[in-house]
Amino acid sequence: MRRSGGLRAVLIAFGILTGAWLVVPTLIVIPISFSGEDSFAFPPRSWSLQHYVTFFTESSWLTSLLVSLQLALIVTAVATVLGTMAAFALAGRKFRGKGAVDGLLMAPLIVPGIVVAVAMYAAFLGWGLIGTPAGFIAAHTVLALPFVTVNVTAALAGFERVLERASASLGAAPWTTFRSVTFPLIRPGVLAGALFAFVTSFDEVVVSLFIQSPTLQTLPVRMFTSVTNEVDPTIAAASTVVLVVSTALLGLATLTRRNRRAA
Amino acid sequence: MAVTSPSSTIPRASRRGTSPPAHRGRHRMRRLGLLLVAPALVVLVVFFVVPALRLLWLSVTTPQSGFGNYTAIVTDDVALTIVLRTLGMAVIVTIVCLLCAYPYAYLMTIASSRWRAVLLAVVLVPFWTSLMARTFAWVVLLQDNGVVNSLLRAIGIGQVRLLGTTAGVTLAMAQVMLPFVVLPVYTTMRGIDRRLVDAALSLGARPVTAFLRVYLPLSLPGVAAGATLVMVLSLGFYVTPSLVGSPQQSMLAQFISVQVNQLVNFGGAGALAVALLVLTLVLVGGVQFATRTKGTRATGTSIAGGAAL
Repeated sequence: MRRSGGLRAVLIAFGILTGAWLVVPTLIVIPISFSGEDSFAFPPRSWSLQHYVTFFTESSWLTSLLVSLQLALIVTAVATVLGTMAAFALAGRKFRGKGAVDGLLMAPLIVPGIVVAVAMYAAFLGWGLIGTPAGFIAAHTVLALPFVTVNVTAALAGFERVLERASASLGAAPWTTFRSVTFPLIRPGVLAGALFAFVTSFDEVVVSLFIQSPTLQTLPVRMFTSVTNEVDPTIAAASTVVLVVSTALLGLATLTRRNRRAA
Repeated sequence: MAVTSPSSTIPRASRRGTSPPAHRGRHRMRRLGLLLVAPALVVLVVFFVVPALRLLWLSVTTPQSGFGNYTAIVTDDVALTIVLRTLGMAVIVTIVCLLCAYPYAYLMTIASSRWRAVLLAVVLVPFWTSLMARTFAWVVLLQDNGVVNSLLRAIGIGQVRLLGTTAGVTLAMAQVMLPFVVLPVYTTMRGIDRRLVDAALSLGARPVTAFLRVYLPLSLPGVAAGATLVMVLSLGFYVTPSLVGSPQQSMLAQFISVQVNQLVNFGGAGALAVALLVLTLVLVGGVQFATRTKGTRATGTSIAGGAAL
């Protein structure tokens, strides 16, 4: 018994170390963003909001933030509508080639980011989509679609299709059935998918790096160039903003899913 | 009971209920279904499948037609070195992840439900947080006068160069990858019947023997799933190696990027990308095959984090 007690203590100590390794590095950008110095010194010797002032006033940072927010909102709308429609049509239906369609909907998740980036870059060059809002929206929608279909499909799996038939048998048109029966019941899944879509677009770096132009950059791309080319502590403020937005939304998405499962 | 009866007994006729309404309804639903999937499929085909096929085409036509770009991967010293380095790095990261994830997942199975929730939340932190923010954090932590080096000096190891080295990249990459191993391993462990270990102990096996011969083999499907996922994600990882590592020690994804952006060698980049994709599909296929019988749900959600890397 004593031996297993000792083993337990070792395991717990190990767990704490691993946990610290997972959590602490992420949090370190927060104090640095409130530092009063022009370097990445940690712990900071003085405190100020100067990096946030720079982030929200200097045009190169502010523009990239606004570009990212606008793109993420459009991508969320497009991907959520298209993904929900697709999941709705596919769930519970069997037809020839369904495996291929399912696979295609999931493919952007499995294909490595760099492969997607190079393929889109080569194609977008020919189509004149490099550095255009349309190019970004198309690329991010492709990457966000799987998250919407996964979440909506999961929600539909726990949904009684009989209710739709009941509604139809009472004379409701398909659209009425969807609006007043199906959608309210799968809403948590759609919402989770939408949140994932937003964060996918807001956080995406690799593809955005390839299809960007000097005049149209997303915030992660601006951050990437800041790390490679400059020693600008404003990136600490940018990181903190991105961290708060993406963590809050993904936490919300996970909670939405969990509540649905519990219900 | 009526709910579970065959669909044919459920009235599906419209209010008027004239000529075979059930048939017409089903027909209409199928056409509607096709109409609903179409927009998503068009977007995926135009902006994903067509670009991928174009890249494949470029890889066998540019600069000359043939498989020259593919043979170059294994004959060109630079390319071969980078491919081997990437594979080696992926193996190292996988081993580090397994060594950390296995005890951690085991701790989750023996923890009280409250602590298990805490341990799970901690693992999910890297999933939830922005990759760019985390990578920047690692750059700050690993710099010469950074926190990690202060710690090393404090415990008497002294200054170690970490930024731009394999050790630094491993430390940062393994942190990103760890959840992808912990989750499937934990899912598998949770399904293991503890009484089998107790039975081995009661039959006189030493705890080590019981663990090695009973528990470990039963947990292997999760280990295989997690290890393969980390391999796949590491092979194509771009952001963290680019920012934490050095150009002299570049990995496959950076090499592909240089081919495109600096050398404008779409053929070579295409061939490398296709090779990476094939390797990925083979490995993912392996995971699916290995976990198919176990039905590890964690795999699906784990893959879901991959595209952003």
